[in-house]
Amino acid sequence: MLRMYETELRSRLLLGTARYPSPSILTEAVKASGAQLVTVSLRRESGGERAGQGFWSIIRDLGVRVLPNTAGCHSVKEAVTTAHMGREVFGTSWVKLEVIGEEETLQPDVFGLLDAARILCQEGFEVFPYTTEDLIVAERLLEAGCRVLMPWGSPIGSGRGLNNLFGLKALRARFPAVPMVVDAGIGVPSHAAQALELGFDAVLINTAVAQARDPVAMACAFAQAVAAGRAAYEAGPMEPRDLAVPSTPVIGTAFLA
Amino acid sequence: MRILVNGASHEVGAADLAAALEELGYGGAVVATAVNGEFVPAAQRRTARIADGDRIEVLAPMQGG
Repeated sequence: MLRMYETELRSRLLLGTARYPSPSILTEAVKASGAQLVTVSLRRESGGERAGQGFWSIIRDLGVRVLPNTAGCHSVKEAVTTAHMGREVFGTSWVKLEVIGEEETLQPDVFGLLDAARILCQEGFEVFPYTTEDLIVAERLLEAGCRVLMPWGSPIGSGRGLNNLFGLKALRARFPAVPMVVDAGIGVPSHAAQALELGFDAVLINTAVAQARDPVAMACAFAQAVAAGRAAYEAGPMEPRDLAVPSTPVIGTAFLA
Repeated sequence: MRILVNGASHEVGAADLAAALEELGYGGAVVATAVNGEFVPAAQRRTARIADGDRIEVLAPMQGG
């Protein structure tokens, strides 16, 4: 069972709610994924259209937990204020903290992230920081009070999978007891399975499902990959080696030359 | 007075934030508010006075990754 901030979740697949072809496909994809936690954001609401009200009604009907993000925030102040607004609207102290540092890669500004995390942890938020695989940043985030880490696989929406396998493995090994969710960059179910096989506790997927030709079928595929990856991790994968080892016994081989 | 609501200029007669939201069509909506970049909790909207030129942000739940 996945445990984050004293909350247990059966599914290790977290799903984003953006970029689906329609609200009904979003609903069906969430159901097919088995996700119990979905990410949401806050955006400007028009007094005439009130589009956000309809979206919120769809999410509430799904009966899943929500993780509000601070997507699009480039400064500590913006992120902290957005977190406050999210806590009020969504009624949760959980926040996926993003402080974006650079437009091309949407790489986290880890310095701003740390400052914002310190403030929000002190204020009682339960922070899920969107970070890189940097060990020292991770250590500082944990010191600040974060009890979950969300390292990126690769840039948001890129679908490139786990870009720095060595760095991610080192991060996993350095903090074995900290729940870690690989967030961003996962493109296909095999990437998700790989993250779980490495011992990451969960993955957060959005674009890979939402932009698939059939998002509902892809949500299903990701659910299977995540379950398989976790099962493999628990089963203890073999160590790779450079040379071949025959799997069929050599003793008793017939002499037929 | 003229205020900026989500970046667009609006003429409102209301003197406090709660009344301005009603006047602008947000009555009963699930929204979070900020005035001039500072978060104003729902419980304080009635006492939050607004002034000419104020920048008001009205945010609602939206799709997110």
